[in-house]
Amino acid sequence: MTQPTHAELARVVRDHAGRLAASLVPLVGDFAAAEDLVQDAVEAALTHWPVEGIPDRPDAWLYTVARRRGLDHLRRAHRHRQKLALVPWPPEPRPDDRLRLIFTCCHPALPRTAQVALTLRVVCGLTTAQIAKAFLVPESTVGQRITRAKRKISDAGIPYRVPSADDLADRLAEVLAVIYLLFNEGYLSTGGDHAQARDLADDAEFLAALLHQLMPTEPEVAGLLALIRLHRARASARFDRNDDIVQLPHQDRSLWNHEAIADAGRLLARAAAQRRPGPYQVQAAIVACHAEAARWEDTDWAQIAVLYDMLLHLAPSPVTRLHRAIALRYVTGPAAALAEVDRLAGDLDGYHLFHATRAELLRDVGETARARSADERALTLTTNPAQRSLLRQRLSWT
Amino acid sequence: MKYVLMFVETEEFAADLAAMDESERGRAYARVQQWFADHQDRITHHAHLLPSDTATTVRLDRGEPLVSDGPFVEGKEIVSGYAEIEVADLDEALRVAKSWPACPVVEIRPIAA
Repeated sequence: MTQPTHAELARVVRDHAGRLAASLVPLVGDFAAAEDLVQDAVEAALTHWPVEGIPDRPDAWLYTVARRRGLDHLRRAHRHRQKLALVPWPPEPRPDDRLRLIFTCCHPALPRTAQVALTLRVVCGLTTAQIAKAFLVPESTVGQRITRAKRKISDAGIPYRVPSADDLADRLAEVLAVIYLLFNEGYLSTGGDHAQARDLADDAEFLAALLHQLMPTEPEVAGLLALIRLHRARASARFDRNDDIVQLPHQDRSLWNHEAIADAGRLLARAAAQRRPGPYQVQAAIVACHAEAARWEDTDWAQIAVLYDMLLHLAPSPVTRLHRAIALRYVTGPAAALAEVDRLAGDLDGYHLFHATRAELLRDVGETARARSADERALTLTTNPAQRSLLRQRLSWT
Repeated sequence: MKYVLMFVETEEFAADLAAMDESERGRAYARVQQWFADHQDRITHHAHLLPSDTATTVRLDRGEPLVSDGPFVEGKEIVSGYAEIEVADLDEALRVAKSWPACPVVEIRPIAA
């Protein structure tokens, strides 16, 4: 067997760990106990597969390990041993039922950090160490979040099932928020100085695609998937050789994956045809406006401003108003955009992009000195290396 | 599973209630009675507590028991009553809690098995 690459290993584990967890939870009858077995099997796979190669049936391999660990309970004092002793282990895992798994991991009674960690570990098969590395937090912190979340699922009676029709809209919004957070976390750090770390944007796209496959008639799920794919299709043009951000007007659009952009556009059009608009579909439509413009000069800013109005109607937020103001700069001019941005000072004074946007608009209207102090303020508010480098460059030019 | 729903009043809620005229207050109480009737097959026990100025707290961790006037946490949010419910899981408990028509905060705590 040939030795698998890092990416292959990640993909195969991700394809199978969640399926295994979904089949073991009802079998074992205890979320935490089942999850421990899956983690054991994933850890074993990460030890064996890089050396021995990925087996022909990774699902059967993982299940066999989990089953053996389950039957092995007497050898070591295991917290769940009595429960596991009573399990009537069938020779094969049960059919795929990852939807219940996703809704349990993203239950609103769990804190967001725990939802994120649990989803990555249980649905995507990441180890605690991989999650800690991706979020740059100590492994013990992630371990505690997962332990506490699993205890709460059991003690507070968080059910293992897809929510009822009455609750579905709210609960789905919660799942989409977790996936979107993961995507942003991964996307912003892409190309940074930890290229070795697991790419969370990959996991986010996997989760969105899985959810879309499991809930094909939910337009917001398709909207989020299209949004993620539209961003990722342009990822190779976002950073230069020095890992510095290349802003949209200066990106080499020939580096974009135009086939992927067209695919995501079709996915979005099918979702929009259902006439159930939502914030993810509208955000994807905005990104599509940028992705489908042949040149920066061809961007349809009037359409983008209309879409931002729609987004504000669906999900009002000061950050969205800021983005709308950026579009207004090209529709009604920098002075009007600046006036709109200044109205957001109370809400967004702590947000680096507010000050960076103000700086650009102040430069447009010739207020260079005030632009510099806005850039300096932005620099104190972000730790992201690529964003800091961009701001520093701007300060050195003016 | 059994849960206790703890009903939490805020100063604002108490002030709103005090500002109501007789008929408004009558309607507010009727909504609460309706809620208890709607969920009677799930509610195993419930009580409304008198206001926090009737509370007395005993502290047992300072040598001699220390008796003082008032609730144990001085805060703007005060537990004003509770209901014990028996339901399948947290989702069902959440559905019951979300339909509560009175004070603005409800804490859901599972009862230790």
